[in-house]
Amino acid sequence: MIVNHSPAPAAADSQPPRLAKKRFLHDAAEYVRDTGHRAFVRKALNGYYASRDLQKARFRNWEHARDAASLAKWSAVNRLDELLPRFVAAFEANGGQVHWARDAEEARKIVLELVRAARAKAIIKSKCMTSEEIHLNAALEADGYGVVESDLGEFIQQLRGEPPYHFVFPCMHVRRDEISDLFGKHLGTAPTDSPEELTMIARRHMRRLYIDADVGITGANFLVAETGQISITENEGNARLTAALPRVHIAISGIEKVVEHLDDLAVLLPMLATAGTGQPMTCYNTLYAGPRRAGEADGPEEMHLVLLDNSRTAILADPEQRDSLHCIRCGACLNVCPIFKNVGGFTYGTTYQGPIGSVITPHLRGLADWNHLSAASSLCGACTDACPVRIDIAHHLLHNRRNAARTAPNAWERLGHRLFVMVARRPWLFGLGGAVFRHTLPLLKALRPPLLRDWLASRDLPAAPRQSFRRQWERRQPREGRA
Amino acid sequence: MSGETGMSAREVILARITEALRVPAPLPHGLTAESQSQVRQPQPRAAVTTSGASTAGITVTHAAAGLPTLTVLPEEVARPWLPDGGETQAERLQLLIENLVKLRAIVQQVPDLTAASDYLFTIARERDWQRVAWHPHPLVEPLLGGVPCATYRVDAADFEKNSLESCDAGITSCEALVAQTGSILVSSATSGGRALSILPHVHIVVATCDQIVATLADALHAAKERHEGHMPSMLSFITGPSRTGDIERILVLGAHGPKELILILVG
Ligand code: SF4
Repeated sequence: MIVNHSPAPAAADSQPPRLAKKRFLHDAAEYVRDTGHRAFVRKALNGYYASRDLQKARFRNWEHARDAASLAKWSAVNRLDELLPRFVAAFEANGGQVHWARDAEEARKIVLELVRAARAKAIIKSKCMTSEEIHLNAALEADGYGVVESDLGEFIQQLRGEPPYHFVFPCMHVRRDEISDLFGKHLGTAPTDSPEELTMIARRHMRRLYIDADVGITGANFLVAETGQISITENEGNARLTAALPRVHIAISGIEKVVEHLDDLAVLLPMLATAGTGQPMTCYNTLYAGPRRAGEADGPEEMHLVLLDNSRTAILADPEQRDSLHCIRCGACLNVCPIFKNVGGFTYGTTYQGPIGSVITPHLRGLADWNHLSAASSLCGACTDACPVRIDIAHHLLHNRRNAARTAPNAWERLGHRLFVMVARRPWLFGLGGAVFRHTLPLLKALRPPLLRDWLASRDLPAAPRQSFRRQWERRQPREGRA
Repeated sequence: MSGETGMSAREVILARITEALRVPAPLPHGLTAESQSQVRQPQPRAAVTTSGASTAGITVTHAAAGLPTLTVLPEEVARPWLPDGGETQAERLQLLIENLVKLRAIVQQVPDLTAASDYLFTIARERDWQRVAWHPHPLVEPLLGGVPCATYRVDAADFEKNSLESCDAGITSCEALVAQTGSILVSSATSGGRALSILPHVHIVVATCDQIVATLADALHAAKERHEGHMPSMLSFITGPSRTGDIERILVLGAHGPKELILILVG
């Protein structure tokens, strides 16, 4: 059978061509100039580095544990054809109901229908990046449903009218005085500069909402094929409440979240917590197997799971980058990325920010318009080192660049490369070029030709060496006694 | 999309997956394959050898069809690399308490249930609790005799969200205690449903020392065995009191779940 992988058009994601890149360059420049923002984000991350290292040290061998974790994900993703149906059968046997969505639009439709069928008056939601991906809140609101984000960071972002800044730390860029003002404006609370008091304001506000909501929407971190359970990781307890009190529980998950054995979680959960937030385990790691059982005190009457493709199968079809589906969304690669720390989360303009977002977004929304993210990399490899499931993110950025060059070659780049090859093949020409360049460098600095102006705006050209490298090398040889 | 018309979303997605997996992916970054000679087994995950040959000490056998074969589960391989869970019962007890204290939970060791009941009386009096919620369980019931306040019984027959919300504390039993991480495994079957261990401001867990296991995997196995393949609708590892770092990455306890987690360890 021939299956076409052309990405489905997602209305909310489509932008005029190249606008994404223009916006990226513009926003990046703005954010980089904002040294206050950079310092604030760095300071927020310092505590993370310390506790992450502390927790890593508790592993008897972190590097080997990474291999085991990557193996668990690799063997699940590469057998998705077998494990996904197995998970679905087990989940249905537990009393859960499964809905399949090819793309964002289909997923939104499914959730809207479920919400309508439940005659929902109020909806409470816990953190779910898949719902950000499909722009669910906007769709629910357009249909007249009120939906409240219960995760503190997501709640703050919802009040601010912004998407998450970081997919694990949604409001890490917001100062406490801004949050105090925000709560004052929307909830009528008195100003405070205590993070604790601000957290309690949200706590008090939210408790009623859990009780009154008819529908609770959550994400899912893992789908366990062996037992038909879904695993949800969180710290605040808001997902626990969201899946306990409302009458209907709807979970939304990408199809790639499957693991085969319950045991796999004994490896993945502590690694997710260590890499993601520097904890031994996050506070609540919960496995749900369908709705309330007979004899249980409480729990929803219905449990639904929306399984979303939305171009994940396109990534699956690329064996070279298939492992980017191993991602457990810990956010570690963002926290160590020099680009993320300088340009910030919003600049990416994507649901998934940072290095992993730069790898997968071109698959989700088209390489031609999103390849610039792969170019926004110093290729330092910090992301690859940080990844608990050993995704070789840094090389995938190079793969994207190569793929883009193949599918839509840039005429200027090609001309440049051809010129270089021509010069490099002729030592005399190479030497001559070098000499010309060494002598005209001060002139270039002074003239600032348009091609170099952007580059020179934030950098300085080094002083030209007096001699070429080859010349210096020749002179050094005898002194160091090399053969 | 002509090949997909007339198919359900489920069929389309499964067909896309099958099609996508035709070309095998290389092994995870840093791992090496042992041989290309084995034939694909019906359960490819059934087979992993551990050896020192690769960086990981894991060797993966590549099947002829290009599909991977593992002879040991990643969890079994990873066990010696994960955080220590303690060899002896005494070590496990010590690790558990250390970990819980680091998580800012309160641990109270008592010799028997009478002492546990006395302890509950004291904290209820100290904090001036008006009402505590509980569920029928042999470890929980004996504690309630002397509580100096009203109690609310949570069970399948009548459950009322608002009544539970107005309680100062919830008292539950648990499935297992995990030394490795300081986690407490609760379930909807043995901890009074879903909300009792998360909605009240304080969560009190009553457990016995023989419920301590070394690792997360051990706790999951214990739960699997106890429920004989029919898992409760909710199983939850609780690792410390509810917390958030969402405001400037500064740790605050008691985000939406309990602000305090108290473990009464009997025996
Ligand atoms: S790519 Fe790796 S480091 Fe980045 S979020 Fe995913 S799992 Fe974490």
